[in-house]
Order: sequence, then structure tokens, then C-alpha cells
Amino acid sequence: MVKYIVKRILFGVLTAFVVATLTFFIMNLVPGGPFLSEKAVTPQAQAAMEAKYGLDKPLFVQYLTYMGDILHGDMGMSLKKRGFTVNDIIRNKFPVSARLGLLAVLVSVLIGVPLGSVAAYNRGKAVDNVIIVFSTAGIAIPTFLSSTLMMYFFSVKLKILPSLGLQTPASYIMPVLALSLYPASYIARLMRSSMLDVIGQDYMRTARAKGVSTFKSIFKHALRNAILPVVTYLGPLLAYLMTGSFIVEKIFTIPGLGSEFVAAIPSRDYPLIMGTTIFLACLIIMMNVLVDIAYAFIDPRIKLK
Amino acid sequence: MSEYLVDIIHEKLSFFTPAGEVKALNDVSIQMREGEVLGIVGESGSGKSVTAYSLMGLTADNGKIIGGEVNFNGHRIDLMTEKEIRKIRGKEISIIFQDPMTSLNPVYTIGNQIEEAVRVHGDKTKNEARERARELLTLVGINEPDKRLKQYPHELSGGMRQRVMIAIALACEPKLLIADEPTTALDVTIQAQILELMNDLKKKLKMGIILITHDLGVVASMCDNIAVMYAGEIVEYGPLDDIFYNPQHEYTKGLLKSIPKFQEKEYSKLVPIEGQPVDLLNPPKGCPFAPRCESCMKVCLEKKPERTEFDNLGGYTVVGMKGKHYSRCFLQAKKEFEMKNGEVKA
Amino acid sequence: MDVKKNPLSLQLNVDDFVPATADEKESLVVMRESVGFWKDGFRRFRKNKIAMAAFTVVMIIMVLAFIVPAFYPYAYEEQMKGSERLGIMEYSAKELQMMEAGESVFPHFLGTDQNGRDYTIRVLVGARVSMTVGIVASLLILIIGSVYGAVAGYFGGKTDMVMMRIVDVLYTIPDVLIIILLAQVLKFPLQNLAAVPGFGWITALGPNMVSMFLVFALLYWVGMARIVRGQIMVLKQNEYVTAAKALGATNGRIIKKHLITNCIGTLIVTTTLQIPSSIFTESFLSFLGLGVQAPMPSLGSLASNALNGLQTYPEKLFAPAFMIFIIILSFNLLGDGLRDAFDPKMKK
Repeated sequence: MVKYIVKRILFGVLTAFVVATLTFFIMNLVPGGPFLSEKAVTPQAQAAMEAKYGLDKPLFVQYLTYMGDILHGDMGMSLKKRGFTVNDIIRNKFPVSARLGLLAVLVSVLIGVPLGSVAAYNRGKAVDNVIIVFSTAGIAIPTFLSSTLMMYFFSVKLKILPSLGLQTPASYIMPVLALSLYPASYIARLMRSSMLDVIGQDYMRTARAKGVSTFKSIFKHALRNAILPVVTYLGPLLAYLMTGSFIVEKIFTIPGLGSEFVAAIPSRDYPLIMGTTIFLACLIIMMNVLVDIAYAFIDPRIKLK
Repeated sequence: MSEYLVDIIHEKLSFFTPAGEVKALNDVSIQMREGEVLGIVGESGSGKSVTAYSLMGLTADNGKIIGGEVNFNGHRIDLMTEKEIRKIRGKEISIIFQDPMTSLNPVYTIGNQIEEAVRVHGDKTKNEARERARELLTLVGINEPDKRLKQYPHELSGGMRQRVMIAIALACEPKLLIADEPTTALDVTIQAQILELMNDLKKKLKMGIILITHDLGVVASMCDNIAVMYAGEIVEYGPLDDIFYNPQHEYTKGLLKSIPKFQEKEYSKLVPIEGQPVDLLNPPKGCPFAPRCESCMKVCLEKKPERTEFDNLGGYTVVGMKGKHYSRCFLQAKKEFEMKNGEVKA
Repeated sequence: MDVKKNPLSLQLNVDDFVPATADEKESLVVMRESVGFWKDGFRRFRKNKIAMAAFTVVMIIMVLAFIVPAFYPYAYEEQMKGSERLGIMEYSAKELQMMEAGESVFPHFLGTDQNGRDYTIRVLVGARVSMTVGIVASLLILIIGSVYGAVAGYFGGKTDMVMMRIVDVLYTIPDVLIIILLAQVLKFPLQNLAAVPGFGWITALGPNMVSMFLVFALLYWVGMARIVRGQIMVLKQNEYVTAAKALGATNGRIIKKHLITNCIGTLIVTTTLQIPSSIFTESFLSFLGLGVQAPMPSLGSLASNALNGLQTYPEKLFAPAFMIFIIILSFNLLGDGLRDAFDPKMKK
């Protein structure tokens, strides 16, 4: 078990390193460097700027410096928000996004898992069909659509929910729902098919043959096996919620890290883009590692691998 | 209450599939007393497992008993609800399955799964259940029960897991144990061990056993009676010796010819049964074995043979005498016919 | 011979006991019609009403997106002065005059946008862009993923180990972040490349669309590679592969002839289900302004542009939104149907 955990963590570190390297070189692919877009800069000023940010050195040296800085937790200064370090921005904005994301994870799992199980246990019946229809429709609606449509109906037309910001608890309703619609539907589908799979397993027949009640056989025998694919999905789900929140934060003007990232792209705030990417990537990788470890606790067979 | 532990009377069972009605059981009758061991033999798809499962109400959702009675220990299984049957399952009747690899839940320890079986019926405390689990493991010949109880299924070998399955089945000391091909998925040496264990347990616990198998060698070692099934019918039924030394149905004869014998002095070839089993979606109107039968007669193609009973007197089969041995074959009808009307020239 | 019938037994007479001929026995055997993989699959597919409906919808949208625009009286980039911001079925003053004069004017079913472009054609072309991205990207993923997966699965051992570790790393990389970066970054090199002779097609497609293909091809094949590898690992244990090897077939031939053909069902299903997910990502990127370049519309960018006028012109949002929804939904249902019909595991 310890060996497995150590292996997963090392693998996570390796992935984080690859992501940081990729990000660095991708950003450097942009011809002309970050200061080219600034209008009317004299060559001297540009050289001074480049010297200040160490951009005059060979690429590889820049890379080493950058990686060294990151290891010390320093992601540099924002180019557009003068006076703010990337660290400051992340520290200020991330908690907002995290709260939203965690709520959405919770809502998705709490809706998806029961719906999927109920559908599987009533296979072919009306309940099953209704759940299939809704979950299939749910995965066909991109976040920006669910957000805008909700905003149109609930804020513009009915005027019952606030359309901007996160001032009141009620203002969480739409962003969280918009974020959870897709993952909840996806989990419901995932849960249904894995539940159907588990129901057909021999050990479920054994449980039935023992005289175990239907209720107990679902909750004890089926659920723990069927939930495994959902647990595996939690890692990518987090990635989805982080990126999905780009859109949701943009539409509902929520001051989170996502909207910061989206704003940084067209304004070419390279340190901020790189910092956010690496930060979010590391977070997602870390969550993946945690999910893998959780998986090993639910499924004892994993130790063998 | 019937004198029999198991009394299946003219059971008919069909599966309703998108392709049509599959007549899996066609007039199956089985009588079995307490403590008796019955072997059900037949090729896959002949309805052996379906018969046994219907006795426990474990028939798949699309299967339905459409005729006859299924009596077990005074219960009309075919008339009971799932909830009622559940009280009997695991308590009065238990089952062990073919594949011990997949029959145990991979995410719970052995101990947990045995204790569950102990605690489902009755009101044992957790400690009592653990004690009983330890006892059961010892009973099925597993060493170091305390260590094993904490292990997960994947940490045990196939033979070991089948022993655990047996322990689960015996948890509430059932009156009848159904063993559905208990050795098929195991290595040959392990097979022998499991059979020996079951033989021991049969003597110790005096419970009835229904042993389902396609392996005549397995039934030979422990059964009192044998039912040979073909295409959803019992084509021959009788005491072990009668079936082995005096088979009457052509299918039974074929089965016996297709097993290798060590004692055979001269070189003898194994004789396979040619042809394919019938399609139960479109069963033939005559004898289901007719297309593969060496001695097939015209009547076999047109009519279903009735039960012919006979007894075995000093190695000579006497047709027409009431006895434990019966078959469904027109060859016996022919003998009867000849006894009354003289030889029929072929 | 006159035989007295036995009243106790069945009504039998002597002729019944004459041995049956082989032919008579044969005639008794009613064999179920043996059905091949494809035939069986298509039969099941046709029986599945939802999948057939989804298939029909996909076909209708294909026609609307790829064929109808060629005959449409308006072009997607055509700006009509004086026809800006028309509502549903509205005509501009100029068009009304023309109609007074007896000319026939093709109606603007969904009105026009702020630049006076007919919105119906823009939604149709947007659907074309989204579908093209979805289908081409899925094909790229199919090719890269299946080749990679097949090679890893077939050779196994160290090759497999190294190849799959690379996949593992790529798999855990948060894809959308990298996609956003790449989509942003690839614009410039592609614009430069488009100027090079022989690469003019890049301009025709739009550098953004090409960069989107590249991004998909670079990142999204890993899932496909895993699936194919898993299939190949199972298939190569089969005897017919050993037999082919014993007969001296080359590795390439075995992969192509035996292994790929045997997992083709899975490939088709996975690719079909990949299409909506690619469209999903495309619309997401377009919504963020990283998708295809103006004036070419995509459903995502149309929806994004409609956000500002949401209060006055909600239909400008609903039209592309509904289109995306229908496209993704019908591809998903189609893929589900194909899976039920062709995935052998689902067979009962």
C-alpha cells in the first residue's frame, strides 16, 4: 500500500514537471515575446524590460531560472496588474473558485449517484427511461448554454435570482447548478451502467442466495463496487469544474481564478497565464493522486498492481 | 406435508427473450427425500441449472414458471413472493456456484461475507457470528481461520475460495445444498479435494444435496440417484447403479460411452455424441434427441415419448414393472409392444 | 399384419418402429439462421427506435449544414447595409421597398446580426464548422489513438511499458488548460506557415480551425489509445493470432488483418462518441473567443456574441444553443445505439 501511494505521488510530481515544462516552452513559442504587443516601445526600453525580466538570456537558462523560482513558490509578477505578484492573485482569487468547485462536486455526486443507481435497479421501467432522457440531455448542454439560459429565465425574465457576483447564498444557486449539470448527468450515466454491470455479477447472485434483502444487497454489495468508476471520474471531474468555472465565472462575473485566467489570455499577461496554468495543473494532478489513493482504500485488489 | 424434501411436479419454465419464448424446462418432475444426494447430468443448456435455480426462486427476471408445482420442504416456491422466498434462502436451502473466482464480493473480507450469511437469518451477535465463521472455516478444512477471515477473496486460491463458498452455504445448516458445477472451474487435483470435502460434509451434516454437473465421474463418486437431462426434459432417472450399469436412454448410453475408462483392457475409442443440441426456441415436436439418436425410429420424429418405468431384477431390466428407474424413449415402448405383439422386423 | 392397439400405452402401430432415415432426422433439425456480426448488429440497430431517430436527425443536420448553404440566397459573411439587427422574420426598410416593387425577398427566418448578416445562414454555417471540427478531430484521434494503442498492445513488454507511461502522463495533464494555451499560441506560427507556398489551405480553413485540429490530435488520442491497447491485449491471446504467426504472417499484417478488424466495432462506437465531445470542446473554446476566426461563425462564438443582446434578442442565443444541443444529443444517442448494437459485451 505504502509503495503504491509513493508511486502515485512520484508520478504526480513527474506529471507536474512535464506540465510546467510544456507550459514554459509553449509560451515561448509565441514569436516576439510578451512585450511586442506593447505599443510604441523604443528598442532600448524593450531591451531594458527584457533584461529586467531576464528575457535576454538563452531560453534554456530562462527555463532553469523559471523552474528554480517555481520550486521556491515564486511565480513572478503580473505584467498587467502592476504591483501584484502572481502568488497574490492566486491567493486572493482561488478560494472563490474552490468554494464553487467543491459545491459543484458535492451536488454532482449527490445527484448523480442515487439517480444512476435508481435507474439501474429499475432497468427498462418508466423511472429508468426518465432518468436516461434527462441525463442524456444533461450531457448535451455545454456549461455556457446552461449558464446563459438559466440567467435568461431566472434573472432576466423571472427576476428571482441575482445574476451577478456571489454576495448572497442565493447567488450561488445558478453558478453551482450550471457547473453541476453536466457532471451530475455524466455520473448518473456512469453509475447506471456500472450498477447494471455489478448487478449481473456472480457475487450479487451469492448475496441473493444467502437471503440478503434487496436494500442491503444494493447498499452493501453493489454500491461499493459500482462506485469505483465514479471515484475514478472524480479526478477528471475536478479538472472539468476548474475549466468549466472559466465560463461560469465569466458569465456570472464572479471574481475567481477562472475569470482571471480568461482575462489574462487576450491581454497576454504571460506570467499570470503560466502561473495559473501550473497552479491549476498541480492542483488537478494532486487531486488525481488523492483519488487514486482513495480508490485503493475502496478496492482492496488494487494493492496487487 | 409431502414425504419428499423436494417435490417438483411437471414443472414448465420459459424465458421470454426478444427473439421469442425459450422453453427451458418442459415437464420436469423430481422427487427427493431428506439426506439424499441427487445428481443432475446433462450438457450445457439442458436445463440442469435452471431446474435448481427455480427451486430457490433465483430464476432470471425474464424467466417464468408457466406450469406445474415446485415444492420444497413444505413451501410452494412457485407461488411465493421474493420476500417470502428470501427467508428460506440461505437458511433451508443454499447453493454453491460454478466459479468461486467471481462468486465472492471482491471488496469485502472473507470473514465479513461468512458472518453476513450467519447473521441474515437468526439473531446472532457480531461475536457469535465471528465464532461461527471460524467454526465453519475449520469445518470446510481451511487452516488458520483467524488469518483467513481477515483476507480478501483475491488473496485466496480457487480451491480455497470454493471452500469459503461452501462455508457460506453451510452457515445456517440448510436441509438442501445445491452444488452447481462446483468443480468445473477448478484444477483437477483441487476438484478431487472439493468432492472429498462435500462427501465428508454430506455424511457429517446429513443434508440433501443436488449436484449439478456435466461430468459423470463427479456424480459417480457421491450420488444416490441420477437425473439425466436433455433439452429441458429429464430423459432418464434412476439409482446410480442402474444408470451406470443399465442405461436405457440412448442419450445416457452416449454419455457413458464418451467418458474414458481406465479399467478397459483393450484399446477402446471414445465415442462422441454427434450433432448439436436442439434449439429451445423452436423445439422439435418429437423426441428432442431424435436428430442425434442412432436408433431413431419414425415415431420418434412425430411424438414425444412418455415415461416408461421399469425395474432392475438381477441385472435384467424388466419393462412394465413399477420401479425407481424410468426413461423417456420409444425403444422401451417398442419392447413393451413386442412383449405383447411379437417381434417387430426392422 | 393386423396389430391390436394397446389401449394403455400410446397409440402405436408397427410402422412407428421402423428406423428413421438420415434425411428424416435432418429435416427435424430447425437451425436458427446464423447471423454474421455486421448483419446482426445492423438488425439490432434498426430495431432501436431512439438510435434510428438520432441517426435521422444527424443526417438532416448534415444536409442543413453542408448542402443547404450552397443554395441559400444569403452568404454567411454577406453584410447587408440597413438590415442590421433584424428580429425574427423582419425585413429592412429597403427590402420592404423592394417587396412593394414586386420583387421577392427571401425572408430572414432568424433575423440578422449587428453587421446585417443573415442569422439563419450563420447558424447553419456555424453548425457546419462545429460538425467539421468534431468529425475531423475524431478521425484524427481515431487514427493516432488506434495506431499507437495497437502498436503498444501488440508488442507488449518494454515497448508497451514506455508507451503507456507516456499516455499516463498525457492523461493526467489538465487538457483544457493546455488546449487554451496551444490555441492561443499556435495562431501565430500557423499564420506564418499559411504564407508559405503549399500551405495556402491553412488560410482557407482558418488558422484557428487548424490549430484546433492540432490540439485535439495532440491531446485527445490517449483515451482511444488505451481502449485499443486493451482490446488488442485480449485479442492477441486468441488462437487465430498464434495460428497466423505460425503461418509466418508479418506483424503489420496481423495487426491490420486480425486485430484491427476484430476491434472495429469498438473503434466505431468510440469515435462516434468522441464527435460530440470534440464539438463540446470546440464550442467551449469558441465561446471563450479562442475558436474559429471571424467572420467564420461557429455555434459557440454565435452564442457568445448573442450574450450582450440577450435581453432584446434572446433568439440569437437560443438558435445556436438549440443547434448545439441537438447535434451533441443526437450524436450521443447515435453512439449509444451503435454501442448497444455492436459491442459484443452487450450481447445477450
